[in-house]
Amino acid sequence: MAKNETDAKQALHIISMLVEDKFGVLQRISGVFSRRGFNMDSLTVGATTTPGVSRMTITTRGTDERVEQIVKQLSKLVETLKVSELSPDDSVSREIALVKVSVKDFATRSEVLSYADIFRARVVDVAAKSLTIEITGESTKVDAFIDLIKPFGIKEVVRTGICALQRD
Amino acid sequence: MAKMKGAKAVVEALKKEGVTTMFGFPGGANMPIYDALIEEEKNLRHILVRHEQGAAHAAEGYARASGTTGVCMATSGPGGTNLLTGIADAYLDSVPIVAITAQVSSHLIGGDAFQEADLFGLTMPITKHNYKILDAQELPKVFKEAFALTRLGRPGPVAIDIPKDVLNTMIEFNYPKGELKIPGYQPQLIGHPEQIKKAVDMIVAAERPLILAGGGIIASNAHQELVALAEALFAPVTTTLMAKGAISDLHPLCLNQPGMHGRVVANWAIQNCDLLICIGARFDDRITGDPATFATNAKIIHIDIDTAEIGKNVRVHLPIVGDAKSILTEMLKMLANVKYTKGENEWRKRIKELKRECTCDFNLKGNPIKPQKVIWELNQLMPKDGILVTEVGQHQMFAMHFYKAPGPRQFISSGGLGTMGFGLPAAIGAKAAKPDKTVVDLAGDGSILMVNQEFTTSVEHDLPVAAVVLNNNWLGMVKQWQKLFFEKRYSGTNLGKMPNFVKLIEAYHGKGERVERESEVHDALQRALKTDVAFLLDIVTDPEEDILPMVPAGGRLDHMILGKPCPKI
Repeated sequence: MAKNETDAKQALHIISMLVEDKFGVLQRISGVFSRRGFNMDSLTVGATTTPGVSRMTITTRGTDERVEQIVKQLSKLVETLKVSELSPDDSVSREIALVKVSVKDFATRSEVLSYADIFRARVVDVAAKSLTIEITGESTKVDAFIDLIKPFGIKEVVRTGICALQRD
Repeated sequence: MAKMKGAKAVVEALKKEGVTTMFGFPGGANMPIYDALIEEEKNLRHILVRHEQGAAHAAEGYARASGTTGVCMATSGPGGTNLLTGIADAYLDSVPIVAITAQVSSHLIGGDAFQEADLFGLTMPITKHNYKILDAQELPKVFKEAFALTRLGRPGPVAIDIPKDVLNTMIEFNYPKGELKIPGYQPQLIGHPEQIKKAVDMIVAAERPLILAGGGIIASNAHQELVALAEALFAPVTTTLMAKGAISDLHPLCLNQPGMHGRVVANWAIQNCDLLICIGARFDDRITGDPATFATNAKIIHIDIDTAEIGKNVRVHLPIVGDAKSILTEMLKMLANVKYTKGENEWRKRIKELKRECTCDFNLKGNPIKPQKVIWELNQLMPKDGILVTEVGQHQMFAMHFYKAPGPRQFISSGGLGTMGFGLPAAIGAKAAKPDKTVVDLAGDGSILMVNQEFTTSVEHDLPVAAVVLNNNWLGMVKQWQKLFFEKRYSGTNLGKMPNFVKLIEAYHGKGERVERESEVHDALQRALKTDVAFLLDIVTDPEEDILPMVPAGGRLDHMILGKPCPKI
């Protein structure tokens, strides 16, 4: 398979949804993915300003046609109120990661802190042998930070998955 | 506003929805509903099936014969899981049914209680929508919404799971009046005028138009508009299995069914038309074969009420989303105001020719009895308003190919899911909906044994249907594939020592006959069709007779394995 074909198949898609806040809604949505053998890269859910309505943001990889079919099937669900695919160019997206990194001595500690500073990340917990750093940004920025910190020894990392909104 | 128990509210809700017949089976958890049914014996007929799968299929048969929502009910656990096949069948064939299941009491849910199964989770992927009622006060609204959803937009099954304690809770019964607003489900019903205009332009420009009609025509009651369009354009029509009868199989423009076991003329027409107008069909793989080689000479207009069907399986040049009846009505209005020629041309001549050659004489004489011969006799003997229901397999394809369905809702078959065991209970359901019509279940000897306990239902509830069994002692369709694609290595398909079917139906207090000679088919079939009690006609047929032509799975529609009488294309 040619590289650009592989890329097209693996293209990242961001799906944004308004859903009714009812039990089972997540199972309905994940069912649309799983029966087609699709994986969700990330999933975030949270309240909106309308009581009873939540916003869900899902990222997935696949061909445009397959993802379009998923979007249509999601739209058909009775408990989804609005489903749209966000284009990365016309939307803003953010992700938070908490990274617990080992710091053996003072030198590494100050080196890690300087990287955190460059990335505008914040230290949220300090322990004798580790620092926990919160970093917010687009996923690529979070990726870059984690790569940079890796050589110091990452003990644990947790990422929220992205949340995104269409630009006006 | 009346106060009543949840169980009583279920029954009241069914009455509000105009339900007069339901199919079900009792058990521990749904007993409160059965208790409430006693007072309503006169208004709401409960038909006791003998296996819950039968209840779901009977509800489907009822819905498909009547055009209204069918209702089935089961208890928690195994009762509900037994319904699943029927619900999945209704999902794939877009049949409006409501499936009510009881659940163990709320405080027991999740504790692996006796007869507990997560029916809400199990029915979710095979329903249009489903509910678990945890707050008894919501019961009336849920029922109102459920019934509306079965028919709104693309029809389909809806399941409602109700814990036993909810059935015993006192509620204020306040049934919502008028149309309910369902914010998350607002299908587009009216076709976009610009799209319809574009379609008319394409139609006028086409030299070789073909209409492919699907089950959506019947769901939308658009059969008259379909015939009007075909006649206005002088365009041939091919109907899917689900649409068989939407235009009479006897209509001069009808090419019958296309696809894997379709007619040569229908498949030829699809491959050679320059415009394919698909209405309410979903380009199933049994219709298209290899989608990349499907109708490559044609522009495709796809009319469907379900946006998700557009572009799902084949490329479409012009989609129109909306209700078939309303779109066809608009289209006919526009066509009345434009000039176009619809005269004889090479295309129509060739179609006529092929259609004539395809009308093979299948009044086959001699023994062993050919399955086609039985269908030929059925065509002679079925009353004009009779309903033919089928099981799934070779006999079903023989019926699709050779039976002449005169009108909509007169041919009922499991299309999408292909469920063996569908036919007998669906026929009983159809008979319950249309008690004065002759209802025949055409069956294979494999299928009929999957559900034969429902003969009891037929006898007990005075719903006489005739099962005509094409008995070749094989699972014929699988055998045919083994013959064609597995070098005749027959595995698991010989049915061996089968029961004595006449004794079997007599044990059920019905009547039966066995026919081994071709000369006896006509008279025996006549007696079967006139029966006043469940009837089983056991016709011994030729096990070597395959259903041809055939397009091998995933093949090209114009690369068919032809039968002896098939025209060459």
